[in-house]
Amino acid sequence: MNTTKEKLIKLLFAAAAFSSLALLAGIIIVLFREALPVFSFVSPLAFLGGESWYPTAEPPEFGVWPLIAASAWVTGIALVICVPLGVGSALYLHELAGPRQRAALKPVIEVLASIPSIIYGFFGMTVMAPFMQEAFGLPIGLCALTAGVILGVMATPTVASIAEDALGYVPRSFREASFALGANRWETLVKVIVPAAGSGISTAVILGMSRAIGETMTVLMVAGGAAVVPSSVFDPVRPMTAAIAAEMGEAAVGGEHYHALFAIALALFLVTFVFNIAAELISRRYRLKLGLAR
Amino acid sequence: MLSTAIENPEARPPSGPVTVNAGSTAEGETTGFEPKMSARGVNFYYGPKRALKDISLDLPPRMVTAIIGPSGCGKSTFIRLLNRMNDLVPDARLEGEILLDGFDINRPACDAADLRKRVGMVFQKPNPFPKTIFENVAYGPEVNGLRDRLALEERVENSLRRAALWDEVKDRLRESALGLSGGQQQRLCIARCLAVEPEVLLFDEPCASLDPISTAKIEELILDLRRQYTIAIVTHNMQQAARVSDRTAFFLMGEIIEVGPTGRIFKAPRDRRTEDYITGRFG
Ligand SMILES: Nc1ncnc2c1ncn2[C@@H]1O[C@H](COP(=O)(O)OP(=O)(O)O)[C@@H](O)[C@H]1O
Ligand SMILES: [Mg+2]
Repeated sequence: MNTTKEKLIKLLFAAAAFSSLALLAGIIIVLFREALPVFSFVSPLAFLGGESWYPTAEPPEFGVWPLIAASAWVTGIALVICVPLGVGSALYLHELAGPRQRAALKPVIEVLASIPSIIYGFFGMTVMAPFMQEAFGLPIGLCALTAGVILGVMATPTVASIAEDALGYVPRSFREASFALGANRWETLVKVIVPAAGSGISTAVILGMSRAIGETMTVLMVAGGAAVVPSSVFDPVRPMTAAIAAEMGEAAVGGEHYHALFAIALALFLVTFVFNIAAELISRRYRLKLGLAR
Repeated sequence: MLSTAIENPEARPPSGPVTVNAGSTAEGETTGFEPKMSARGVNFYYGPKRALKDISLDLPPRMVTAIIGPSGCGKSTFIRLLNRMNDLVPDARLEGEILLDGFDINRPACDAADLRKRVGMVFQKPNPFPKTIFENVAYGPEVNGLRDRLALEERVENSLRRAALWDEVKDRLRESALGLSGGQQQRLCIARCLAVEPEVLLFDEPCASLDPISTAKIEELILDLRRQYTIAIVTHNMQQAARVSDRTAFFLMGEIIEVGPTGRIFKAPRDRRTEDYITGRFG
Protein backbone atom coordinates (compact mmCIF):
# COMPACT_ATOMS: atom_id res chain seq x y z
CA MET A 1 0.00 0.00 0.00
CA ASN A 2 2.54 2.48 1.22
CA THR A 3 5.12 1.26 -1.24
CA THR A 4 2.81 1.71 -4.23
CA LYS A 5 2.29 5.28 -3.17
CA GLU A 6 6.03 5.77 -2.79
CA LYS A 7 6.63 4.27 -6.19
CA LEU A 8 4.05 6.57 -7.71
CA ILE A 9 5.63 9.64 -6.19
CA LYS A 10 9.06 8.54 -7.30
CA LEU A 11 7.71 8.03 -10.80
CA LEU A 12 6.19 11.52 -10.85
CA PHE A 13 9.42 13.14 -9.81
CA ALA A 14 11.33 11.10 -12.35
CA ALA A 15 8.88 12.23 -15.02
CA ALA A 16 9.44 15.84 -14.02
CA ALA A 17 13.19 15.39 -14.15
CA PHE A 18 13.19 13.59 -17.47
CA SER A 19 10.73 15.96 -19.11
CA SER A 20 13.46 18.55 -19.49
CA LEU A 21 15.59 15.95 -21.19
CA ALA A 22 12.68 15.11 -23.49
CA LEU A 23 12.15 18.79 -24.19
CA LEU A 24 15.78 19.25 -25.13
CA ALA A 25 15.61 16.22 -27.41
CA GLY A 26 12.42 17.57 -28.96
CA ILE A 27 13.98 20.95 -29.63
CA ILE A 28 17.02 19.39 -31.21
CA ILE A 29 14.90 17.11 -33.39
CA VAL A 30 12.68 19.95 -34.61
CA LEU A 31 15.68 22.19 -35.24
CA PHE A 32 17.40 19.57 -37.35
CA ARG A 33 14.25 18.51 -39.17
CA GLU A 34 13.31 22.04 -40.13
CA ALA A 35 16.86 23.20 -40.80
CA LEU A 36 18.34 20.44 -42.92
CA PRO A 37 16.02 20.88 -45.95
CA VAL A 38 17.84 24.18 -46.56
CA PHE A 39 20.62 22.22 -48.16
CA SER A 40 18.29 20.95 -50.86
CA PHE A 41 18.26 24.40 -52.46
CA VAL A 42 21.57 25.91 -51.30
CA SER A 43 24.93 24.25 -50.70
CA PRO A 44 26.40 24.43 -47.16
CA LEU A 45 29.25 26.56 -48.47
CA ALA A 46 26.99 29.00 -50.32
CA PHE A 47 24.76 29.14 -47.25
CA LEU A 48 27.43 29.86 -44.63
CA GLY A 49 29.82 31.79 -46.86
CA GLY A 50 27.40 33.62 -49.18
CA GLU A 51 27.49 37.37 -48.80
CA SER A 52 23.98 38.14 -50.02
CA TRP A 53 20.99 37.66 -47.79
CA TYR A 54 17.94 38.43 -49.96
CA PRO A 55 15.46 35.81 -48.79
CA THR A 56 12.41 37.50 -50.34
CA ALA A 57 13.94 38.61 -53.64
CA GLU A 58 13.18 36.82 -56.91
CA PRO A 59 15.16 34.60 -57.11
CA PRO A 60 15.97 34.59 -53.36
CA GLU A 61 19.55 34.47 -52.09
CA PHE A 62 20.42 32.70 -48.88
CA GLY A 63 23.96 33.67 -47.92
CA VAL A 64 24.07 34.11 -44.12
CA TRP A 65 27.62 35.43 -43.88
CA PRO A 66 26.39 39.02 -43.27
CA LEU A 67 24.32 37.79 -40.34
CA ILE A 68 27.13 35.66 -38.90
CA ALA A 69 29.58 38.53 -39.29
CA ALA A 70 27.11 40.87 -37.61
CA SER A 71 26.74 38.51 -34.65
CA ALA A 72 30.51 38.13 -34.42
CA TRP A 73 31.13 41.87 -34.49
CA VAL A 74 28.44 42.70 -32.00
CA THR A 75 29.54 39.92 -29.67
CA GLY A 76 33.19 40.95 -30.01
CA ILE A 77 32.36 44.54 -29.09
CA ALA A 78 30.25 43.27 -26.20
CA LEU A 79 33.23 41.26 -24.93
CA VAL A 80 35.50 44.28 -25.08
CA ILE A 81 33.00 45.97 -22.76
CA CYS A 82 31.89 43.16 -20.47
CA VAL A 83 35.19 41.41 -19.76
CA PRO A 84 37.04 44.37 -18.23
CA LEU A 85 33.90 45.75 -16.61
CA GLY A 86 32.69 42.38 -15.29
CA VAL A 87 36.04 41.01 -14.15
CA GLY A 88 37.01 44.42 -12.81
CA SER A 89 33.85 44.67 -10.73
CA ALA A 90 34.34 41.13 -9.49
CA LEU A 91 37.89 41.90 -8.40
CA TYR A 92 36.81 45.13 -6.79
CA LEU A 93 33.91 43.54 -4.96
CA HIS A 94 35.97 40.63 -3.81
CA GLU A 95 39.27 42.23 -2.96
CA LEU A 96 38.90 45.92 -2.32
CA ALA A 97 35.35 46.76 -1.34
CA GLY A 98 34.62 46.73 2.36
CA PRO A 99 31.73 44.66 3.67
CA ARG A 100 29.37 47.63 3.52
CA GLN A 101 30.18 48.57 -0.06
CA ARG A 102 29.87 44.95 -1.04
CA ALA A 103 26.50 44.64 0.64
CA ALA A 104 25.32 47.64 -1.37
CA LEU A 105 26.89 46.76 -4.72
CA LYS A 106 26.08 43.09 -5.00
CA PRO A 107 22.30 43.53 -5.08
CA VAL A 108 22.69 46.35 -7.60
CA ILE A 109 24.55 43.99 -9.91
CA GLU A 110 21.91 41.35 -9.46
CA VAL A 111 19.15 43.83 -10.29
CA LEU A 112 21.06 44.83 -13.42
CA ALA A 113 21.14 41.19 -14.45
CA SER A 114 17.41 40.84 -14.02
CA ILE A 115 16.31 43.87 -16.07
CA PRO A 116 14.33 42.63 -19.09
CA SER A 117 16.25 43.03 -22.31
CA ILE A 118 13.57 45.19 -23.90
CA ILE A 119 14.37 47.88 -21.36
CA TYR A 120 18.00 47.83 -22.42
CA GLY A 121 16.65 48.04 -25.98
CA PHE A 122 14.62 51.13 -25.14
CA PHE A 123 17.58 52.69 -23.44
CA GLY A 124 19.72 51.92 -26.48
CA MET A 125 17.23 53.41 -28.92
CA THR A 126 16.34 56.54 -27.04
CA VAL A 127 19.55 57.46 -25.23
CA MET A 128 22.51 55.56 -26.61
CA ALA A 129 21.74 55.77 -30.34
CA PRO A 130 21.17 59.54 -30.43
CA PHE A 131 24.31 59.95 -28.36
CA MET A 132 26.36 57.86 -30.81
CA GLN A 133 24.89 59.73 -33.75
CA GLU A 134 25.88 63.00 -32.19
CA ALA A 135 29.26 61.91 -30.90
CA PHE A 136 30.51 60.28 -34.09
CA GLY A 137 28.51 62.27 -36.65
CA LEU A 138 26.72 59.19 -37.96
CA PRO A 139 23.74 59.23 -40.31
CA ILE A 140 22.00 56.92 -37.89
CA GLY A 141 22.93 55.86 -34.36
CA LEU A 142 21.64 52.31 -34.68
CA CYS A 143 24.76 50.33 -35.54
CA ALA A 144 27.07 47.48 -34.54
CA LEU A 145 28.85 49.63 -31.95
CA THR A 146 25.64 50.72 -30.22
CA ALA A 147 24.36 47.15 -30.14
CA GLY A 148 27.69 45.79 -28.94
CA VAL A 149 27.99 48.34 -26.16
CA ILE A 150 24.46 47.68 -24.94
CA LEU A 151 25.00 43.92 -25.08
CA GLY A 152 28.27 44.34 -23.24
CA VAL A 153 26.54 46.27 -20.49
CA MET A 154 23.85 43.60 -20.36
CA ALA A 155 26.38 40.78 -20.07
CA THR A 156 28.50 42.57 -17.46
CA PRO A 157 26.45 41.51 -14.43
CA THR A 158 26.54 37.89 -15.57
CA VAL A 159 30.31 38.01 -15.93
CA ALA A 160 30.74 39.94 -12.69
CA SER A 161 28.65 37.65 -10.56
CA ILE A 162 30.11 34.40 -11.92
CA ALA A 163 33.65 35.75 -11.72
CA GLU A 164 33.00 36.89 -8.17
CA ASP A 165 31.82 33.41 -7.25
CA ALA A 166 34.99 32.02 -8.81
CA LEU A 167 37.12 34.34 -6.68
CA GLY A 168 35.11 33.33 -3.65
CA TYR A 169 35.96 29.68 -4.24
CA VAL A 170 39.67 30.39 -3.90
CA PRO A 171 40.47 29.08 -0.44
CA ARG A 172 41.50 31.62 2.20
CA SER A 173 44.53 29.48 2.90
CA PHE A 174 46.15 30.46 -0.44
CA ARG A 175 45.91 34.09 0.53
CA GLU A 176 47.38 33.41 3.96
CA ALA A 177 50.19 31.34 2.49
CA SER A 178 51.05 34.14 0.10
CA PHE A 179 51.03 36.82 2.78
CA ALA A 180 53.09 34.64 5.05
CA LEU A 181 55.79 34.49 2.38
CA GLY A 182 56.10 38.26 2.38
CA ALA A 183 53.92 38.98 -0.64
CA ASN A 184 51.77 42.09 -0.54
CA ARG A 185 48.11 42.32 -1.39
CA TRP A 186 48.67 43.18 -5.03
CA GLU A 187 51.17 40.35 -5.63
CA THR A 188 48.82 37.96 -3.90
CA LEU A 189 45.93 39.05 -6.09
CA VAL A 190 47.83 38.90 -9.38
CA LYS A 191 49.99 35.85 -8.76
CA VAL A 192 47.81 33.66 -6.61
CA ILE A 193 44.15 34.59 -6.45
CA VAL A 194 43.49 35.43 -10.10
CA PRO A 195 45.41 32.43 -11.50
CA ALA A 196 43.65 30.15 -9.03
CA ALA A 197 40.32 31.60 -10.13
CA GLY A 198 41.44 31.72 -13.77
CA SER A 199 39.32 28.99 -15.23
CA GLY A 200 36.35 30.15 -13.18
CA ILE A 201 36.83 33.58 -14.69
CA SER A 202 37.02 32.06 -18.18
CA THR A 203 33.76 30.31 -17.48
CA ALA A 204 32.25 33.65 -16.59
CA VAL A 205 33.49 35.16 -19.83
CA ILE A 206 32.19 32.29 -21.96
CA LEU A 207 28.78 32.46 -20.33
CA GLY A 208 28.71 36.22 -20.82
CA MET A 209 29.59 35.66 -24.44
CA SER A 210 26.88 33.08 -24.93
CA ARG A 211 24.46 35.51 -23.33
CA ALA A 212 25.52 38.21 -25.79
CA ILE A 213 25.39 36.04 -28.87
CA GLY A 214 21.92 34.71 -28.08
CA GLU A 215 20.38 38.04 -27.13
CA THR A 216 17.62 39.02 -29.53
CA MET A 217 15.37 41.85 -28.47
CA THR A 218 18.10 44.39 -27.90
CA VAL A 219 19.89 43.77 -31.18
CA LEU A 220 16.60 43.82 -33.01
CA MET A 221 16.01 47.29 -31.61
CA VAL A 222 19.45 48.88 -31.79
CA ALA A 223 21.67 47.09 -34.32
CA GLY A 224 20.21 48.86 -37.33
CA GLY A 225 18.97 45.84 -39.24
CA ALA A 226 20.98 45.99 -42.49
CA ALA A 227 21.88 42.49 -43.75
CA VAL A 228 25.21 43.64 -45.11
CA VAL A 229 28.69 42.44 -44.16
CA PRO A 230 29.87 45.24 -41.86
CA SER A 231 33.04 47.08 -42.75
CA SER A 232 33.11 49.36 -39.73
CA VAL A 233 31.66 49.37 -36.22
CA PHE A 234 29.42 52.25 -37.29
CA ASP A 235 27.60 50.17 -39.92
CA PRO A 236 24.06 49.07 -39.19
CA VAL A 237 23.99 45.30 -38.95
CA ARG A 238 21.55 42.40 -38.63
CA PRO A 239 22.81 39.68 -36.26
CA MET A 240 21.47 36.14 -36.59
CA THR A 241 18.97 36.41 -33.77
CA ALA A 242 17.55 39.65 -35.12
CA ALA A 243 17.13 38.12 -38.57
CA ILE A 244 15.18 35.17 -37.20
CA ALA A 245 12.95 37.31 -35.00
CA ALA A 246 12.26 39.89 -37.69
CA GLU A 247 11.69 37.54 -40.58
CA MET A 248 10.02 34.46 -39.12
CA GLY A 249 6.61 36.12 -39.20
CA GLU A 250 6.70 36.78 -42.91
CA ALA A 251 8.27 33.46 -43.98
CA ALA A 252 5.80 30.93 -45.33
CA VAL A 253 5.79 27.79 -43.20
CA GLY A 254 7.68 25.04 -45.02
CA GLY A 255 9.09 27.48 -47.58
CA GLU A 256 12.74 28.03 -48.40
CA HIS A 257 13.02 31.17 -46.28
CA TYR A 258 11.48 29.29 -43.36
CA HIS A 259 14.02 26.48 -43.60
CA ALA A 260 16.88 28.93 -43.98
CA LEU A 261 15.84 30.71 -40.75
CA PHE A 262 15.73 27.38 -38.98
CA ALA A 263 19.22 26.64 -40.22
CA ILE A 264 20.40 29.91 -38.67
CA ALA A 265 18.70 28.95 -35.44
CA LEU A 266 20.43 25.57 -35.52
CA ALA A 267 23.80 27.25 -36.03
CA LEU A 268 23.12 29.55 -33.07
CA PHE A 269 22.02 26.62 -30.95
CA LEU A 270 25.17 24.70 -31.74
CA VAL A 271 27.39 27.67 -30.97
CA THR A 272 25.81 28.40 -27.58
CA PHE A 273 25.71 24.67 -26.82
CA VAL A 274 29.44 24.39 -27.42
CA PHE A 275 30.07 27.51 -25.32
CA ASN A 276 28.09 26.14 -22.43
CA ILE A 277 29.72 22.73 -22.56
CA ALA A 278 33.11 24.42 -22.64
CA ALA A 279 32.17 26.59 -19.68
CA GLU A 280 31.01 23.54 -17.75
CA LEU A 281 34.15 21.56 -18.53
CA ILE A 282 36.43 24.41 -17.58
CA SER A 283 34.65 25.09 -14.33
CA ARG A 284 34.68 21.40 -13.44
CA ARG A 285 38.40 21.19 -14.08
CA TYR A 286 38.79 24.30 -12.00
CA ARG A 287 36.95 22.97 -8.99
CA LEU A 288 39.04 19.83 -9.28
CA LYS A 289 42.19 21.91 -9.40
CA LEU A 290 41.25 23.72 -6.21
CA GLY A 291 40.43 20.41 -4.59
CA LEU A 292 36.75 21.31 -4.25
CA ALA A 293 35.43 18.26 -6.06
CA ARG A 294 36.63 14.86 -7.03
CA MET B 1 76.08 37.15 15.00
CA LEU B 2 75.68 40.83 14.31
CA SER B 3 73.90 42.85 16.88
CA THR B 4 70.47 44.16 16.04
CA ALA B 5 71.52 47.76 16.26
CA ILE B 6 73.96 47.22 13.41
CA GLU B 7 71.41 45.36 11.29
CA ASN B 8 68.75 47.99 11.72
CA PRO B 9 70.58 51.19 12.47
CA GLU B 10 67.72 53.44 11.41
CA ALA B 11 64.97 51.39 12.92
CA ARG B 12 65.75 51.94 16.58
CA PRO B 13 62.48 52.58 18.40
CA PRO B 14 62.26 55.42 20.90
CA SER B 15 62.69 53.05 23.82
CA GLY B 16 65.57 51.13 22.27
CA PRO B 17 65.86 47.36 22.38
CA VAL B 18 64.25 45.92 25.43
CA THR B 19 66.84 43.95 27.27
CA VAL B 20 65.73 44.20 30.86
CA ASN B 21 64.26 40.73 30.92
CA ALA B 22 66.32 39.30 28.11
CA GLY B 23 67.34 35.74 28.64
CA SER B 24 64.87 35.03 31.35
CA THR B 25 61.32 33.86 31.42
CA ALA B 26 58.42 34.98 33.50
CA GLU B 27 59.46 32.35 35.99
CA GLY B 28 63.00 33.53 36.13
CA GLU B 29 64.48 30.43 34.53
CA THR B 30 67.34 31.68 32.41
CA THR B 31 67.88 30.38 28.92
CA GLY B 32 71.32 31.85 28.64
CA PHE B 33 70.51 33.72 25.44
CA GLU B 34 69.06 36.98 24.38
CA PRO B 35 65.67 35.96 22.98
CA LYS B 36 65.22 36.00 19.21
CA MET B 37 61.60 36.95 19.69
CA SER B 38 59.66 37.84 22.74
CA ALA B 39 56.19 38.86 23.71
CA ARG B 40 55.86 41.40 26.51
CA GLY B 41 52.57 41.87 28.28
CA VAL B 42 50.49 40.93 25.28
CA ASN B 43 46.72 41.19 25.38
CA PHE B 44 44.79 40.41 22.23
CA TYR B 45 41.13 41.06 21.52
CA TYR B 46 38.82 39.79 18.78
CA GLY B 47 36.26 42.57 18.99
CA PRO B 48 35.25 42.62 22.65
CA LYS B 49 36.56 39.10 23.27
CA ARG B 50 39.91 38.90 25.00
CA ALA B 51 41.74 35.94 23.50
CA LEU B 52 45.16 36.46 25.12
CA LYS B 53 45.75 37.69 28.65
CA ASP B 54 49.01 39.30 29.61
CA ILE B 55 51.26 36.93 27.70
CA SER B 56 55.01 37.22 28.14
CA LEU B 57 57.07 34.60 26.38
CA ASP B 58 60.57 34.42 24.91
CA LEU B 59 61.70 32.40 21.92
CA PRO B 60 65.38 31.69 22.57
CA PRO B 61 67.48 31.65 19.39
CA ARG B 62 68.10 28.34 17.62
CA MET B 63 65.79 26.46 19.87
CA VAL B 64 62.38 24.94 19.51
CA THR B 65 59.68 26.34 21.73
CA ALA B 66 56.53 24.25 21.92
CA ILE B 67 53.20 25.80 22.72
CA ILE B 68 50.72 23.36 24.14
CA GLY B 69 47.25 23.65 25.56
CA PRO B 70 43.66 22.64 24.96
CA SER B 71 41.99 23.83 21.79
CA GLY B 72 40.62 27.35 21.88
CA CYS B 73 43.17 28.50 24.45
CA GLY B 74 44.78 31.00 22.08
CA LYS B 75 47.79 29.07 20.71
CA SER B 76 47.08 29.96 17.08
CA THR B 77 46.20 33.50 18.01
CA PHE B 78 49.52 33.88 19.75
CA ILE B 79 51.71 32.34 17.09
CA ARG B 80 49.96 34.37 14.38
CA LEU B 81 50.88 37.52 16.25
CA LEU B 82 54.55 36.70 15.78
CA ASN B 83 54.38 37.29 12.02
CA ARG B 84 51.45 39.69 12.13
CA MET B 85 49.05 37.35 10.38
CA ASN B 86 46.35 38.71 12.66
CA ASP B 87 46.67 42.05 10.86
CA LEU B 88 44.19 40.52 8.42
CA VAL B 89 41.54 40.03 11.10
CA PRO B 90 39.05 42.88 11.20
CA ASP B 91 38.19 44.45 14.56
CA ALA B 92 41.13 42.86 16.35
CA ARG B 93 43.28 44.78 18.81
CA LEU B 94 46.70 44.18 20.31
CA GLU B 95 48.17 45.54 23.53
CA GLY B 96 51.74 45.01 24.59
CA GLU B 97 54.90 44.47 22.57
CA ILE B 98 56.22 41.75 20.36
CA LEU B 99 59.94 42.02 19.74
CA LEU B 100 62.17 40.56 17.07
CA ASP B 101 65.85 41.00 17.92
CA GLY B 102 64.70 43.55 20.46
CA PHE B 103 62.63 45.69 18.11
CA ASP B 104 58.87 46.01 18.22
CA ILE B 105 57.45 44.36 15.10
CA ASN B 106 54.32 46.49 15.29
CA ARG B 107 56.10 49.82 15.18
CA PRO B 108 54.97 51.98 12.25
CA ALA B 109 58.34 51.72 10.50
CA CYS B 110 58.10 47.94 10.35
CA ASP B 111 56.52 46.63 7.17
CA ALA B 112 54.45 43.48 7.69
CA ALA B 113 55.64 41.92 4.41
CA ASP B 114 59.29 42.48 5.36
CA LEU B 115 58.66 41.01 8.77
CA ARG B 116 57.04 37.90 7.24
CA LYS B 117 60.13 37.32 5.15
CA ARG B 118 62.10 36.99 8.36
CA VAL B 119 59.41 35.10 10.27
CA GLY B 120 57.99 32.28 8.15
CA MET B 121 54.89 30.25 8.91
CA VAL B 122 53.67 26.75 8.19
CA PHE B 123 49.97 26.21 8.64
CA GLN B 124 47.84 23.50 10.15
CA LYS B 125 46.48 22.27 6.84
CA PRO B 126 49.01 21.94 4.02
CA ASN B 127 48.23 24.83 1.68
CA PRO B 128 50.36 24.59 -1.47
CA PHE B 129 49.27 26.87 -4.29
CA PRO B 130 47.55 25.23 -7.27
CA LYS B 131 50.81 25.63 -9.18
CA THR B 132 53.70 23.34 -9.95
CA ILE B 133 56.06 22.11 -7.26
CA PHE B 134 58.79 24.38 -8.62
CA GLU B 135 56.53 27.44 -8.77
CA ASN B 136 55.40 26.87 -5.22
CA VAL B 137 58.92 27.00 -3.84
CA ALA B 138 60.01 29.77 -6.23
CA TYR B 139 57.05 31.97 -5.31
CA GLY B 140 58.53 33.50 -2.16
CA PRO B 141 61.96 34.33 -3.63
CA GLU B 142 60.26 35.69 -6.73
CA VAL B 143 57.98 38.10 -4.93
CA ASN B 144 61.02 39.13 -2.94
CA GLY B 145 62.82 40.13 -6.08
CA LEU B 146 64.94 37.11 -7.03
CA ARG B 147 64.73 37.07 -10.84
CA ASP B 148 67.86 35.26 -11.95
CA ARG B 149 66.82 31.87 -13.29
CA LEU B 150 69.87 29.93 -12.14
CA ALA B 151 69.85 31.43 -8.68
CA LEU B 152 66.15 30.64 -8.44
CA GLU B 153 66.66 27.03 -9.46
CA GLU B 154 69.43 26.68 -6.95
CA ARG B 155 67.28 28.20 -4.23
CA VAL B 156 64.43 25.84 -5.02
CA GLU B 157 66.68 22.81 -4.97
CA ASN B 158 68.33 23.80 -1.71
CA SER B 159 65.03 24.49 -0.04
CA LEU B 160 63.57 21.18 -1.17
CA ARG B 161 66.69 19.39 0.07
CA ARG B 162 66.51 21.06 3.45
CA ALA B 163 62.85 20.07 3.67
CA ALA B 164 63.87 16.46 2.89
CA LEU B 165 61.66 16.41 -0.17
CA TRP B 166 64.12 16.79 -3.03
CA ASP B 167 64.64 13.10 -3.75
CA GLU B 168 60.92 12.49 -3.90
CA VAL B 169 60.10 15.35 -6.27
CA LYS B 170 63.23 16.10 -8.28
CA ASP B 171 61.79 14.37 -11.36
CA ARG B 172 58.41 16.04 -11.16
CA LEU B 173 59.14 19.66 -10.38
CA ARG B 174 56.87 20.74 -13.24
CA GLU B 175 53.89 18.77 -11.99
CA SER B 176 51.11 20.20 -9.87
CA ALA B 177 51.84 20.37 -6.18
CA LEU B 178 48.33 19.15 -5.52
CA GLY B 179 49.32 15.71 -6.80
CA LEU B 180 51.55 15.20 -3.76
CA SER B 181 50.43 13.33 -0.67
CA GLY B 182 49.39 15.33 2.39
CA GLY B 183 52.72 14.77 4.13
CA GLN B 184 54.67 15.72 1.01
CA GLN B 185 52.51 18.82 0.61
CA GLN B 186 53.35 19.87 4.14
CA ARG B 187 57.07 19.38 3.54
CA LEU B 188 56.63 21.38 0.33
CA CYS B 189 55.10 24.16 2.40
CA ILE B 190 58.10 23.99 4.69
CA ALA B 191 60.43 24.16 1.66
CA ARG B 192 58.44 27.10 0.32
CA CYS B 193 58.89 28.81 3.64
CA LEU B 194 62.64 28.05 3.83
CA ALA B 195 63.12 29.43 0.31
CA VAL B 196 62.52 32.93 1.63
CA GLU B 197 65.44 32.38 4.03
CA PRO B 198 63.63 33.31 7.23
CA GLU B 199 65.23 33.50 10.65
CA VAL B 200 62.23 32.31 12.61
CA LEU B 201 59.89 29.44 11.70
CA LEU B 202 56.39 29.22 13.11
CA PHE B 203 54.51 25.95 12.89
CA ASP B 204 50.83 25.88 13.77
CA GLU B 205 49.93 22.24 14.40
CA PRO B 206 51.81 21.19 11.27
CA CYS B 207 50.94 17.52 11.69
CA ALA B 208 47.30 17.86 12.67
CA SER B 209 46.07 16.51 9.34
CA LEU B 210 48.84 13.98 8.72
CA ASP B 211 49.26 10.25 9.24
CA PRO B 212 51.83 8.95 11.79
CA ILE B 213 54.54 8.27 9.19
CA SER B 214 54.28 11.74 7.66
CA THR B 215 54.18 13.16 11.16
CA ALA B 216 57.41 11.39 12.04
CA LYS B 217 59.06 12.84 8.94
CA ILE B 218 58.00 16.36 9.82
CA GLU B 219 59.26 15.93 13.38
CA GLU B 220 62.58 14.65 12.10
CA LEU B 221 62.76 17.67 9.84
CA ILE B 222 62.07 20.05 12.70
CA LEU B 223 64.85 18.42 14.71
CA ASP B 224 67.13 18.93 11.69
CA LEU B 225 66.22 22.57 11.34
CA ARG B 226 66.28 23.55 14.94
CA ARG B 227 69.93 24.50 15.23
CA GLN B 228 69.69 26.86 12.25
CA TYR B 229 66.40 28.56 12.98
CA THR B 230 64.42 29.83 15.89
CA ILE B 231 61.31 27.71 15.93
CA ALA B 232 57.94 27.89 17.61
CA ILE B 233 55.58 24.99 17.21
CA VAL B 234 51.99 24.77 18.34
CA THR B 235 50.86 21.26 19.01
CA HIS B 236 48.23 19.53 21.03
CA ASN B 237 50.22 16.34 20.85
CA MET B 238 52.19 16.14 24.09
CA GLN B 239 54.56 13.46 22.84
CA GLN B 240 55.36 15.65 19.90
CA ALA B 241 56.17 18.58 22.15
CA ALA B 242 58.36 16.30 24.25
CA ARG B 243 60.16 14.91 21.21
CA VAL B 244 60.92 18.07 19.26
CA SER B 245 61.10 20.97 21.66
CA ASP B 246 63.68 22.47 23.98
CA ARG B 247 61.21 24.58 25.87
CA THR B 248 57.49 24.28 26.39
CA ALA B 249 54.84 26.82 27.24
CA PHE B 250 51.47 25.70 28.51
CA PHE B 251 48.55 27.92 27.55
CA LEU B 252 45.16 27.79 29.18
CA MET B 253 42.23 30.05 28.36
CA GLY B 254 44.42 32.74 26.89
CA GLU B 255 47.00 32.72 29.68
CA ILE B 256 50.42 31.19 30.07
CA ILE B 257 50.24 28.89 33.03
CA GLU B 258 53.78 27.60 32.95
CA VAL B 259 56.86 27.78 30.78
CA GLY B 260 60.25 26.11 31.09
CA PRO B 261 62.60 23.49 29.70
CA THR B 262 60.54 20.74 28.07
CA GLY B 263 61.99 17.97 30.23
CA ARG B 264 61.18 19.84 33.42
CA ILE B 265 57.66 20.75 32.29
CA PHE B 266 56.83 17.13 31.53
CA LYS B 267 58.65 15.54 34.45
CA ALA B 268 58.01 18.05 37.18
CA PRO B 269 55.28 20.52 36.29
CA ARG B 270 54.97 23.18 38.96
CA ASP B 271 51.38 24.11 38.36
CA ARG B 272 48.56 21.76 39.12
CA ARG B 273 46.79 22.67 35.88
CA THR B 274 49.86 21.84 33.78
CA GLU B 275 50.09 18.50 35.46
CA ASP B 276 46.40 17.82 34.87
CA TYR B 277 46.79 18.68 31.21
CA ILE B 278 49.89 16.64 30.47
CA THR B 279 48.58 13.66 32.31
CA GLY B 280 45.43 13.87 30.21
CA ARG B 281 43.06 14.77 32.98
CA PHE B 282 41.45 17.47 30.84
CA GLY B 283 41.61 19.05 27.39
N1 LIG C 1 39.10 35.39 13.73
C1 LIG C 1 38.56 35.24 14.95
N2 LIG C 1 37.53 36.02 15.34
C2 LIG C 1 36.97 35.89 16.55
N3 LIG C 1 37.39 35.00 17.47
C3 LIG C 1 38.42 34.19 17.15
C4 LIG C 1 39.05 34.26 15.87
N4 LIG C 1 40.04 33.34 15.84
C5 LIG C 1 40.01 32.73 17.04
N5 LIG C 1 39.05 33.23 17.83
C6 LIG C 1 38.75 32.82 19.21
O1 LIG C 1 39.87 33.02 20.00
C7 LIG C 1 40.09 31.93 20.89
C8 LIG C 1 41.44 31.32 20.66
O2 LIG C 1 41.45 30.70 19.37
P1 LIG C 1 42.74 30.02 18.77
O3 LIG C 1 43.88 30.93 18.94
O4 LIG C 1 42.42 29.60 17.39
O5 LIG C 1 42.90 28.75 19.71
P2 LIG C 1 43.80 27.44 19.54
O6 LIG C 1 44.69 27.62 18.36
O7 LIG C 1 44.53 27.33 20.83
O8 LIG C 1 42.86 26.31 19.38
C9 LIG C 1 38.95 30.95 20.63
O9 LIG C 1 37.97 31.16 21.62
C10 LIG C 1 38.44 31.34 19.29
O10 LIG C 1 37.06 31.10 19.21
MG1 LIG D 1 44.76 26.51 16.54
